[in-house]
Amino acid sequence: MPTVSVGRDRLFSALGKSYSQEEFEDLCFKFGIELDDVTTEKAIIRKERHLDEEDGGVGDDDEEIIYKIEVPANRYDLLCLEGIAQALRVFNEEQQTPTYTLAGIPKDSMLKMHVKPQTSSIRPFVVCAVLRDITFDEASYNSFIDLQDKLHQNICRRRTLVAIGTHDLDTLQGPFTYEALSPKSINFVPLKQEKSFRADELMEFYKSDMKLKKFLHIIENSPVFPVIYDSKRTVLSLPPIINGAHSAITLKTKNVFIECTATDLTKANIVLNTVVTTFSAYCQRKFEVEPVEVIYSDGRSFIYPDLSVYNMEVPLSYITGTIGVSLEAEKVTSLLNRMQLRAEHSVLDDNNCNINVLIPPTRSDILHPCDVMEDVAIAYGYNGIPKRRLPSMKPLPLNQLEDLIREEVQKGDLSLSLSLFLYVLALLAFSYCEVLTWILCSNQENFALLNREDDQSSAVIIGNPRSSDFEAVRTSLMPGALKIIGHNKDHPKPIKIFEVGDVALLDESKDVGATNRRHLAALYCGTNSGFELIHSLMDRIMERSDAPEFLPGRQASIIYKGKHIGDFGIVHPQVLSNFGYTVTTNVSW
Amino acid sequence: MMAEEAILGYLENHDEISDSGQFATDSGLDHNDVVNVIKSLHGFRYIDAQDIKKETLVLTEEGKKYAEKGSPEVQLFLAVPQEGSISKEELQKLLDPAVYKIGCSQAAKNKWVQMGNQISRKVQHVEDRVKDLLLQIQDGQELGKDDNNSLKARKLTALQTWKGYSVKRGPEYAPRRRRTATDLTREHLQGGDWRNIEFKEYNFSAKGPPPESGHLHPLNKVKERIKNIFRLMNFEEMPTNRYVESSFWNFDALFQPQQHPARDSHDTFFLKAPATTKQLPEDYVEMVKRVHESGGYGSRGYGYEWKREEANKNLLRTHTTAISSRMLYALAQHAKQQSFTPKKYFSIDRVFRNEAVDRTHLAEFHQIEGLVCDRGLTLGHLIGVLQDFFSRLGMDKLKFKPAYNPYTEPSMEIFSYHEGLKKWVEIGNSGMFRPEMLRPMGFSEDVNVIAWGLSLERPTMILYGINNIRDLFGHKVDLGLIKKNPLCLIGIK
Repeated sequence: MPTVSVGRDRLFSALGKSYSQEEFEDLCFKFGIELDDVTTEKAIIRKERHLDEEDGGVGDDDEEIIYKIEVPANRYDLLCLEGIAQALRVFNEEQQTPTYTLAGIPKDSMLKMHVKPQTSSIRPFVVCAVLRDITFDEASYNSFIDLQDKLHQNICRRRTLVAIGTHDLDTLQGPFTYEALSPKSINFVPLKQEKSFRADELMEFYKSDMKLKKFLHIIENSPVFPVIYDSKRTVLSLPPIINGAHSAITLKTKNVFIECTATDLTKANIVLNTVVTTFSAYCQRKFEVEPVEVIYSDGRSFIYPDLSVYNMEVPLSYITGTIGVSLEAEKVTSLLNRMQLRAEHSVLDDNNCNINVLIPPTRSDILHPCDVMEDVAIAYGYNGIPKRRLPSMKPLPLNQLEDLIREEVQKGDLSLSLSLFLYVLALLAFSYCEVLTWILCSNQENFALLNREDDQSSAVIIGNPRSSDFEAVRTSLMPGALKIIGHNKDHPKPIKIFEVGDVALLDESKDVGATNRRHLAALYCGTNSGFELIHSLMDRIMERSDAPEFLPGRQASIIYKGKHIGDFGIVHPQVLSNFGYTVTTNVSW
Repeated sequence: MMAEEAILGYLENHDEISDSGQFATDSGLDHNDVVNVIKSLHGFRYIDAQDIKKETLVLTEEGKKYAEKGSPEVQLFLAVPQEGSISKEELQKLLDPAVYKIGCSQAAKNKWVQMGNQISRKVQHVEDRVKDLLLQIQDGQELGKDDNNSLKARKLTALQTWKGYSVKRGPEYAPRRRRTATDLTREHLQGGDWRNIEFKEYNFSAKGPPPESGHLHPLNKVKERIKNIFRLMNFEEMPTNRYVESSFWNFDALFQPQQHPARDSHDTFFLKAPATTKQLPEDYVEMVKRVHESGGYGSRGYGYEWKREEANKNLLRTHTTAISSRMLYALAQHAKQQSFTPKKYFSIDRVFRNEAVDRTHLAEFHQIEGLVCDRGLTLGHLIGVLQDFFSRLGMDKLKFKPAYNPYTEPSMEIFSYHEGLKKWVEIGNSGMFRPEMLRPMGFSEDVNVIAWGLSLERPTMILYGINNIRDLFGHKVDLGLIKKNPLCLIGIK
């Protein structure tokens, strides 16, 4: 879940009222966001630098309190203070949901963006809009930058799907072109730099930039780089890496040109809509956005942003029937209004009524009537919904429960099979202690440390392990058990442990190519080998065996009904030392 | 035995032994033996013993040497010839180096000898007062304060604390100790001794030896209790023995879009072997693709290009909901051919996340999951079943917070009031599966699924007061912890 940091006092002034922390937490809880942390700018810096409390001075009363608010991952409209404040004001019925409009300008006087065909091979889409006569102050300007950052981190998937560029329109001259050119032919002064770079040299330069280096891979290996020019060949941006310095926005910027380049058009529209709807509140003509025409080389042309509302017809019975409360249509529409959804109801006949929901461009999360139903439930209050008993729920008497367990055990496909179950009982009676170890292990632990050859055809191998501890799925329970005695060297002897658990093995006959097997392992570690102790647990037929992890001549296979079901023996001293166990004790498996 | 008889015997005729040290010397006994017997007799209240402490002056090793051989200054003086002089080097050869060094400075200070390259006597006769004083101390005589200080300054004497007892008759005094038996033996019975035997009292405040027994792992104990709760609620266990899963069943079937952050390699273990899934139900895959791309069943869909290669990628399941999606698909297929049967399923098994390991996070943990599939289920039913389930776990006070999850709508986070922490803590997640997940499987519109999930580790750590998950689970556990933890009383009221 994304977290948004907002100044408490600014938030309260936007909400038009002050809350105690408890009251605010309560409001968040009802609406479905969460006050994750209360901190200050200095505390955040201290934490980043791992400094102690004393270094920053704790008693600064004038320090601004920052609320860190966790918002749902699909609510991009809540990724900044303005969006959160508006949603909560509407929820509290202190404000109406705004209606967002496009400035009514004729098509031929609209700003134009021409898309060149080469862009289709690297980043095929672009959407644009203009915010006219905007007034920033320091707080709203920072919020504007932060929102772009949050969008890049979340829906834009670290700029791979969408990248946002914002520009001071008064420094530029339309029409614009979106092109894809050889890096060697692109030259410009990037943001925060003084000198001009050639694009391929710029990529090299940013390899040492902590913030930007993680985006380079998106275009690095492409023969052409996406680039946006104005009519005077001024570079606006080299998406998704950096904007040009020429058109950088400042606190004094009056007209903002916004372009979003993308590999996913749906998400580009969501991102553009989120930015323009939120910040059109600071425009002279509030909630009005100036459109831009995007023209592709094949002649197709589109007007962005698309601020149309989406109509969804939802039967009232679906809403009330799924929540489990009975509500009048008027009540439902007023609940929906509190969630920023305009709604009307239309009576179909005596018993049926539809709710017509108008979904604004800010609510891209509403995909299906179930999302509308959820918003009704949230506005109604989850904790006010009467609980109901399941229709098919009958409590079971205890003896019936025992029958059920027995049945399950006999089926043998779930839990422990009967014989396994009896073994566990026997092990407990012989005072063995159950352990629970990790399923993930290193390749070494699966094979080399057990003196086994890696046959490359049994173990499930992880492609992206974070460390050698998570390279593979165990093929036996032995590494985990040996690691336990390695870490419990000081535990009084004898150590008697067992584990019941699954291993996974490659298996061509399964749809996914691997299968689980349930294993049981018992391990005795004492001053004598204890071979006979493990033997006494094995009331089965044994045959001599030659597994490399056991001492030669001191091991056996367990054969049941003609089938090889297991092994036991004295663990090879070499294997013991491989697992860091060097004292002269023997271990039976 | 000698010492015991001597002490008890002496007290028969005397009121007190005022000094155990003196008593030992007088009786010709070793003081250590006397002390041990006093302690034992005191314990059985035959006698009352009071500590006495004495500080005595004793000779250091150096002091003992001089008491025997004379002080270094006198040894040096005697080495200098009566007439004439001796060279420094010659004199050095005659004496021990330490004796020479100390002797020189002391003899010079006493003005006994003339120092220089040639050394000669200044007086003809000296007395070894230091040796005399040391011998007096060895005899136990008291010295004057100045003498004491000068010896102490030269580190020839030191104070030693001596410990002993003064002893009187105790409440249980008897001139002879009674024999007590610790147990009734065959010999006692055969010999008839049992009639006269006094038994040693049991010490009820001592701990008995630990009973030898096997131990189940705490996580498995809690798991068994929760399984029983589900069974009591008439839920069937799902077969979760499948760690390797395809992205399709783990994500796509759950309407989790292919660009969702959970599908990043930062969060999920993808596999090198077996890398991909070869077999998926093609008709169903087609429906899933369509619902992601363009929706249907009243949905707008996500509006992106769905890729089969992404769905084929194998992974270690990130949640047991992958099993739930397979089970529900099978149920819907069954319903299409025959008739719909409502189901209540549960599972508790291992899931995997490619996360950094710390005190509260591991790369693998256990997920508890419950779901109900039936016609006409409501959010009210979900709240009802959660109240039922969690109150059996001992959590009666619940409240619910709106949340987001790609495959449930509505989604509710479950909070429980923790009496110990005096605050609301999040204990799990729940919701109703989205129609975009259920309809492509083949369920009709009126079938709903309510579901909830939580981790097994969190309640277990709270229950057993364990702060670091690695102490509980994995190979770095302390076996002592597994053996010590108490019974799991969850669900037993």
